[in-house]
Amino acid sequence: MGRLTEYQVIGRHLPTEANPTPKLYRMRIFAPNAVVAKSRFWYFLTQLRKVKKANGEIVSLNVISEKRPLKVKTFGIWLRYDSRSGTHNMYKEFREMSRTDAVESLYQDMAARHRARFGSIHILKVVEIEKADSIRRPYIKQLLTKNLKFPLPHRSGSSSQKKVFAYSRPSTFA
Amino acid sequence: MADIDVKIAQWKLVEVGRVVLIRRGPFIGKLAVIVEIVDHKRVLVDGPSTEENKIVPRHVLPLAHATLTHFVIPKLPRAAGTGPVKKLWEQNEIDGKWAKTGFAQKTESTHRRKNLTDFERFKVLRLRKQARFEVQKAHAKIRAAAPKA
Repeated sequence: MGRLTEYQVIGRHLPTEANPTPKLYRMRIFAPNAVVAKSRFWYFLTQLRKVKKANGEIVSLNVISEKRPLKVKTFGIWLRYDSRSGTHNMYKEFREMSRTDAVESLYQDMAARHRARFGSIHILKVVEIEKADSIRRPYIKQLLTKNLKFPLPHRSGSSSQKKVFAYSRPSTFA
Repeated sequence: MADIDVKIAQWKLVEVGRVVLIRRGPFIGKLAVIVEIVDHKRVLVDGPSTEENKIVPRHVLPLAHATLTHFVIPKLPRAAGTGPVKKLWEQNEIDGKWAKTGFAQKTESTHRRKNLTDFERFKVLRLRKQARFEVQKAHAKIRAAAPKA
């Protein structure tokens, strides 16, 4: 169970006399809970259309679950983020089991490399890359080589089992 | 110059088909096989043992939580489903081979010793004493037979 969930949020402007059937807007939003998902929906919609929470309504909100959560997939994510000095567009690739896992590791990656927070990142598009040829990043490409194998040299034991003083030198190959 | 025979170190490799022992988490002490490599730190594993209490469901395992064993299921296709994996697991007799290893036997015996009753512990004590007595008797015989220096 991860930190984020993918939601489908559908909302619209409130019906008025001039327009009794306003257009529906649908978004797929990654958020820790439904409250944040709705809030993010209004945040994005007010940037794109002349609708705000005061004159709009959420029609439906449901969770999108992963179709095949036991398959390893490669995801390409397009994003936009506000750094301390400007706004940047980016494309990143992740190898994960689900869309939500990929987005979670994206937020971790952005936090680590760019100190970017949740609020300063917009996820534009999350796509599963099915063809190996369309993978762009070398760090993902190298994982798709045929008959991939590698050793685990120089391993140290888990830190929870370590004592303050050791009576023998650790064996690091096992 | 003397001929020096340099041998390449025989590393156990992370590969599809490698059987791993899980050392942390909810499936601690159980065996599973690598089905697919997710990245350099994580693998997808599946442990379809025939015994109910040894089954490991298909999940992503960090390699830091695993120890590689000597066993490999050869020719396991990448991302094989639980059904085929189970078939090959049984064909290669992984459970049987694992039970014969020193590590498995030792953990089995420590587990058994830990769950003994008070009386059973007493029996172990008596039996160990008897065994020791026999060894000492044999030793004394040899010592008596040996010529005095």
